[in-house]
Amino acid sequence: MEVIVLLKQVPSTESFVGISENGLSVKTGDVKWVMNPYDEFAVEEALRVKEAHGGSGSVTILSVGTEKAVEAIRTALAMGADKGILINDPAAHNCDGLQTAKILAAVLKNMPFDLIVAGQRAVDGDNYAVGSAVAEFLNIPAVTMVMKEVIADGRITCNRTVEGGIVVVEAPLPALITTQRGLNEPRYASLPGIMKAKKKPLEIKSLKDIGLDTAGIGAPKTKIISLKYPPERKGGKMIAGEAAADKAIALVKALHEEAKVV
Amino acid sequence: MSCGVLAIAEQVNGVFRKVTYEALSEGRRIADGLGCALSVAVIGSGIKSNSESLGKYGADRILVADDAVLEEYMTDAYTNVVAGIVTKEKPCVIILGASSRGRDLAARLSARLDSPLAMDCVAVRVDAGNVVVTRPMYGGKILAEIMFEGEPRIIAVRPNSMRIAESQKAGAVEIIAPDKGRTDLKFIEKKLDTGKVELTEADVVVSGGRGMGGPDYSVIEKLAGIFGGAVGASRSAVDEGWRPHSDQVGQTGKVVSPNLYIACGISGAIQHLAGMSSSKVIVAINKDSEAPIFAKADYGIAGDLFEVVPLITEEIKKIKGI
Repeated sequence: MEVIVLLKQVPSTESFVGISENGLSVKTGDVKWVMNPYDEFAVEEALRVKEAHGGSGSVTILSVGTEKAVEAIRTALAMGADKGILINDPAAHNCDGLQTAKILAAVLKNMPFDLIVAGQRAVDGDNYAVGSAVAEFLNIPAVTMVMKEVIADGRITCNRTVEGGIVVVEAPLPALITTQRGLNEPRYASLPGIMKAKKKPLEIKSLKDIGLDTAGIGAPKTKIISLKYPPERKGGKMIAGEAAADKAIALVKALHEEAKVV
Repeated sequence: MSCGVLAIAEQVNGVFRKVTYEALSEGRRIADGLGCALSVAVIGSGIKSNSESLGKYGADRILVADDAVLEEYMTDAYTNVVAGIVTKEKPCVIILGASSRGRDLAARLSARLDSPLAMDCVAVRVDAGNVVVTRPMYGGKILAEIMFEGEPRIIAVRPNSMRIAESQKAGAVEIIAPDKGRTDLKFIEKKLDTGKVELTEADVVVSGGRGMGGPDYSVIEKLAGIFGGAVGASRSAVDEGWRPHSDQVGQTGKVVSPNLYIACGISGAIQHLAGMSSSKVIVAINKDSEAPIFAKADYGIAGDLFEVVPLITEEIKKIKGI
């Protein structure tokens, strides 16, 4: 079983994300960078698929990013993935979702794979787009927001999360799935795993190396014209009162008469 | 410049999701801003009679793709059908709800049409023929204004963000022959709790966090119940196994924007705040009067949630006369 994980390095969710002076990009200087949380589920699921099929084949981590993204790929290798590929090219650093998907698809077109696992979204852009777009460019089926998957007889059966429950969908391999929280419990990298990861193959390629040029990925189709912080919420009033009942009455009165939401 | 806005309705078992009315109402406003017509595509099986009602939300035309094989949403068949409609109708804007299915369709469609996509939009404005959308990034820590290059511009609107407005238009129903194309996905079954109020669409959300101390959420459920609202949970409560993953509110869970959000026993980590700070009114109940959640709440009560929440429930019952 050849399994590919699409991985992105993102600011950690506990990071404060600041807006640059130009108002069009975010400050990344002080940010702590981590593997996208939904990609942790993707790495774990890829490893489980490989293990469930006798451990043959390999798990390859594929990422588009800067030199720094090597850290996130090494983390995945320390968890147990076999090799990594990073597309690092100045022309690829400010791509939108479609451009990123075109780059990933260009690499994947020249690789054998049975299954591609991606995070449902990266928690920076929150676009939910790259996985589905890669599948479209490769002309393979995709099942998004997967909570559970089983592979048998060249087909994958997935529990896909929808509002109010799940839908069970089956697709022929090769296919792409995106992860939903609850799919698995990602393992931690062990100390021996971290030592081994240092020796695992990690290729860094430019767009030219994968047969693409800037024309091949096109221009960005979405343009940020401004970034701002959401309106600051002011701490409101603490409801005073002696007994709990007094507070409850005062709160409901305020919700009814002042906020008018009850 | 002639154009056209195409909304895509989402129905489950013949019932339209609330976000469909939101997308349609916003689609109407965009169409008016651009001076063009609004069509809505309804895809499914046995959905013709229900579709007629959509004229009330501003649709000039209602395009119905009714086919037994389209009964369940499957990414590939639905993408093929919508792509067929787009080829024929050439809309300049496609608008749909950013639900689980809507996001899935929007992403695949964007790649199929090589069209710009903005996911989870919370505001749209038409400015001299340009469509500008606002969407959250970094789990709501930042709001980005986005412009599009190329058409059709695909706008997926976040549930509970767009105002529903009734404006009766012709709403002429046209049955179209769906272009189903090649499909790989096979529907096996669905397990839906139709009685459960969807977190992202609820007007009232009552969430419990670490302060719940265990899986017994009955006090929270009772309070949510009298509003017809939904129950949410913080990440730590989900990690403890007290609530299902689908209840998680926050940067790595669901983002909610209800009219009223009541946080019980939740301290207010930055990831949780990102998931609920766009709520209209926030109430926090926590034992620790120093909890960060109070700095973001409109109303705070320092106290034991197990004591306070049932009293609140009783008070609201009195007001509602139930």
